[in-house]
Amino acid sequence: MNTDIKYIEQKARELRHKIVDTTLYAGGAHVGGAMSCADIMALLYFDVLNIDVENPEWEDRDRFILSKGHTAVAFIPALVMKGFLEESSLETFNHFKSPYGMHPDSLKINGCDVSSGSLGHGLSIAVGMGLSAKQLKKDFYTYCLMGDGECDEGSVWEAAMCASHYNLDNIIAFVDRNKCMIDGFTEDVMSLEPLDSKWEAFGFHTLKVDGHNIKALKEAIEEAKATNGKPTVIILDTIKGKGVDFMEGDPKWHYGSMDSDLAAKAKTSIDREVL
Amino acid sequence: MAAKTGTTWNCYDAATMSSKEIYGRVLAEMSKTDERIVGVTADLAKSTAISWFAKEFPNRFYNVGIAEQNLMGVAAGMAKCGLIPFVSTFSIFASMRGGEQLRSDICYQKLNVKVIATHGGISFGQAGSTHHSTEDIAILRAIPNLTVIVPADGTETAQAVRQSMDIDGPVYIRIGRGFEPPLYENEDYDFKIGKAITLKEGTDLAIIGCGITVLQALQAARTMEEIDGLSVRVIDMHTIKPIDEEAIIKAVSETRRILVAEEHNIMGGLGDAVADVIARSGKGCVFHKLGIPDVFSEVGYPEDLYAHYKLDANGILDTARELMGREFEEDEDWEDEV
Repeated sequence: MNTDIKYIEQKARELRHKIVDTTLYAGGAHVGGAMSCADIMALLYFDVLNIDVENPEWEDRDRFILSKGHTAVAFIPALVMKGFLEESSLETFNHFKSPYGMHPDSLKINGCDVSSGSLGHGLSIAVGMGLSAKQLKKDFYTYCLMGDGECDEGSVWEAAMCASHYNLDNIIAFVDRNKCMIDGFTEDVMSLEPLDSKWEAFGFHTLKVDGHNIKALKEAIEEAKATNGKPTVIILDTIKGKGVDFMEGDPKWHYGSMDSDLAAKAKTSIDREVL
Repeated sequence: MAAKTGTTWNCYDAATMSSKEIYGRVLAEMSKTDERIVGVTADLAKSTAISWFAKEFPNRFYNVGIAEQNLMGVAAGMAKCGLIPFVSTFSIFASMRGGEQLRSDICYQKLNVKVIATHGGISFGQAGSTHHSTEDIAILRAIPNLTVIVPADGTETAQAVRQSMDIDGPVYIRIGRGFEPPLYENEDYDFKIGKAITLKEGTDLAIIGCGITVLQALQAARTMEEIDGLSVRVIDMHTIKPIDEEAIIKAVSETRRILVAEEHNIMGGLGDAVADVIARSGKGCVFHKLGIPDVFSEVGYPEDLYAHYKLDANGILDTARELMGREFEEDEDWEDEV
């Protein structure tokens, strides 16, 4: 992982632009949670994941599961940027018979390993993949990105218990800790804290990093890969709507639409971040 | 009949063994030549007899503890990587506790997962309604991509398990607790997933069953033939989905009296699947569904419950006789059809 940090940061900005564009095309999207995970998505797709655009079904590839499937609006544009999908196809997002809806469908989307949408499912699938890798003696990693509100789901903890029971050090999980969910702030709706202690108690090597700091994210993933005998979770300290000033930290942007004027303002805000 | 657990095993003495035990052994046998097969369970290795597999292939067997949502999700992840997981748990938990994962992770992605659901229907009688599974067929036949099979006995379970490997997608095989009396002597009969088996021809009435009711229906039909002089057809509708429409329409056309018997709520199960085919065919007939009459089933030994819900040979016989006296309206082209 020697890719230049600035390059990933630029990719993250580009992805945020595409999230804005796609939200326009789609007539609405889970834009807040897409912005909060844009940095890890950019890092994964432009640095970390060992994948081959020419051979998307390559058996030894790393797997990625967007367990917080509602942020397909961050995932599908990332696949476009990587070259799995045509740029123009984004214009169909959410429209009749489009391969892309609010939640990703692996049978319709090139480069998408797993269909998702119902929360609390991804980590179990990751465990199945992690066990398979060990069974098949392959050394690929499975990365699973969850939302923080998603951690309310009991199935997340069933999977967590299982991942550590089977010592799945080939699973790297992320929790996008943007602190917001549909009905408000996570700590008001259903307290998650102390979230790190919960993961530690479930046997995970647990890291907490600034989810918008590419360098810190890279280091955390390197540490996860160097960890043997147990799975790692990286809790990403993030801001919902990150990069778009009028969205940041506001739960109401969990889902929303923008007209072209507002979209332009959003992009200006995203670009301002670099200055 | 009590289950016998032999020390040696072949497909002939299989008929005297319990469905789930046969399943465990057949799976172990298939796994010798197919390394893709893995076994997964949720603390029910012994109860579901997948322990036969576990014993022979400990490195390909995974117990996820009492966590059925995770069970289905893990199986989905394994199938995504090219393995063929055989998932074993009680049918109530396979269809409901892990039901959404079965639907959205496995069936939606058309993954090659075989679910062996034991303790179907009211076969775990003493355990009561929390462990009875009388809604699973209704739920699962509404899920696209999923093949739903309810074998009549252990031998048919063996056939279904083998043939499930030919289907590139999810299969749900619902069996009992393992104390079902055998129907088939051996595997030497024409079993094909999706193709009903006419065990006995008949023109006065057709009884369509799945699972344990098939043998009971056959006994009832024989009694009706001997005592009442009636010609009663018996159909083993082992595959609920895709259902054998041809066999149903033929039975309606040739008998005009249909009785469906199943170990399931009368809502949404085999009875409704058959009724749907008949209604769409436009053919008139006398029709009745035997099953659990939309109540939470009683506690008791299975044989007492089967008798209570008229799913044993006597109950089927009584109901069938009643049906013989029932009138129905003939449709206009009746003569053409018959």
